[in-house]
Amino acid sequence: MNKQELSAKINEVLAEEFEVDIETITPEADIKKTLDLDSLSLVDLVALIEDTFDVKIDGQDVSKIQSFDSLYDFVLGKINA
Amino acid sequence: MKRRVVITGMGIYSCLGYNLDAVLDSLYNAKSGIVFDPLRKEMGFRSALTGNITTPDLKSVLNRNQRNYMPDQARYAYVATAEALKNARLDQDYLDSHIVGLMYGGDSTAEPTYKSCEAMIRKQDTTKVGSGAIFQSMNSTVTMNLSCIFKLKGINLTVSGACASGSHAIGLGALLIADGLQDIVVCGGAQEVNPYAVGSFDGISAFSTREDAPEKASRPFDRDRDGLIPSGGAATVIIEDYETAVKRGAPILGEVLGYGFSSNGDHISVPNVDGPSRSLRMAVERAGIDLRDIGYVNAHATSTHVGDQNEAKAIYNVFGDVRPEVTSTKSQTGHEMWMAGASEIIYSMLMMQNGFIAPNLNFENPDEDSAKLNIPSKRVEKKFDIFLSNSFGFGGTNSTLIVKNLLK
Repeated sequence: MNKQELSAKINEVLAEEFEVDIETITPEADIKKTLDLDSLSLVDLVALIEDTFDVKIDGQDVSKIQSFDSLYDFVLGKINA
Repeated sequence: MKRRVVITGMGIYSCLGYNLDAVLDSLYNAKSGIVFDPLRKEMGFRSALTGNITTPDLKSVLNRNQRNYMPDQARYAYVATAEALKNARLDQDYLDSHIVGLMYGGDSTAEPTYKSCEAMIRKQDTTKVGSGAIFQSMNSTVTMNLSCIFKLKGINLTVSGACASGSHAIGLGALLIADGLQDIVVCGGAQEVNPYAVGSFDGISAFSTREDAPEKASRPFDRDRDGLIPSGGAATVIIEDYETAVKRGAPILGEVLGYGFSSNGDHISVPNVDGPSRSLRMAVERAGIDLRDIGYVNAHATSTHVGDQNEAKAIYNVFGDVRPEVTSTKSQTGHEMWMAGASEIIYSMLMMQNGFIAPNLNFENPDEDSAKLNIPSKRVEKKFDIFLSNSFGFGGTNSTLIVKNLLK
């Protein structure tokens, strides 16, 4: 899976789960603001990414990620690890 | 000096309707809310009968995170509470600037508990259970959700008293107001409707098996009753200090005159006569009224053999030859369990406000004890100004409320 395919999939599942317009998800946008995430719903983001891509990720690592582009890179790194 | 406690708002989400008007219509026209649920049969239930209720879609009024913490019963309770607050003329500005309490009856949240445990075992990763599971699966889920959504700042407490939970919540809330500790308390009861919540109840042969005629299955006080039908939803009753209600120009619908309670101190599931009798007497004494003032008794009667029999004995013990109409609205709704004590206050209020008593459906032949009571099987057109409502639960917990009409 290349980054473009991965980002499209991530955008699709996040838009559906967090009920936002997919157009608001851009590489530079702030994840927490765009998805209205707090410490609890961040757990749901982690679970969703884990389920969607069959990877195990640390919530603490994800909490430090600010932009969607950084998230794409982080998940890509996990998949290719 | 004890303060007077009045009812200023009501809201309901029940198998008889999803608002007060719809429920009033169902009561007046003696509609049954009981259906056959094929899923329960597939799951091996002895009885697949249940109150018919769907989960409200709250997407347009609550955001994703708010809904994520809410099991079905909290969603029912949200709808009922929004209706009650509106009718009580309590808007968000008022709630933001005053101390308003919340006491709701609830005694299980089985479906989210089951689903989160199942996910834990299947996925072997607690993160994947999701952030909503903990809040959905705690017994106080309804009060924790409603208090955050409506920004309530007073007492915040779930009352677990089995099938008397909703009634105790109102009674305890009334005590707080009477003592001056709260001015307004949002009270009620909520009951989840799903197979997981009642499967073990079905397993002890408590449910009616008249599956061929769901509307005939709930037959409180009838000689040929064969068990209860589980049901649910949510009911909200807003109670308030009389002076506070007058000062803010609230609609004053009724007054909580008396709250009685007792414990049987006996068997875990088999009710007795002494405990309920003491609860009834305590409520009447605290109300300071004559038994002849009570125009209607809303019985707890669930359509079980011993429960109805012993309640009939208790009512006869207390009322003797004073024979107000006695009915069980569970003949229409089934047993709304944790919700019942609150919903039955609303059913009784609606009947009192509109001058009728809904029939005790399926009361065709009395038994020895119900024959001593005045149980109408047809609707009675009658004006009455005071009613008494019984609620009893497993473990022998009993609650009785007496309410007076103040609607002009």
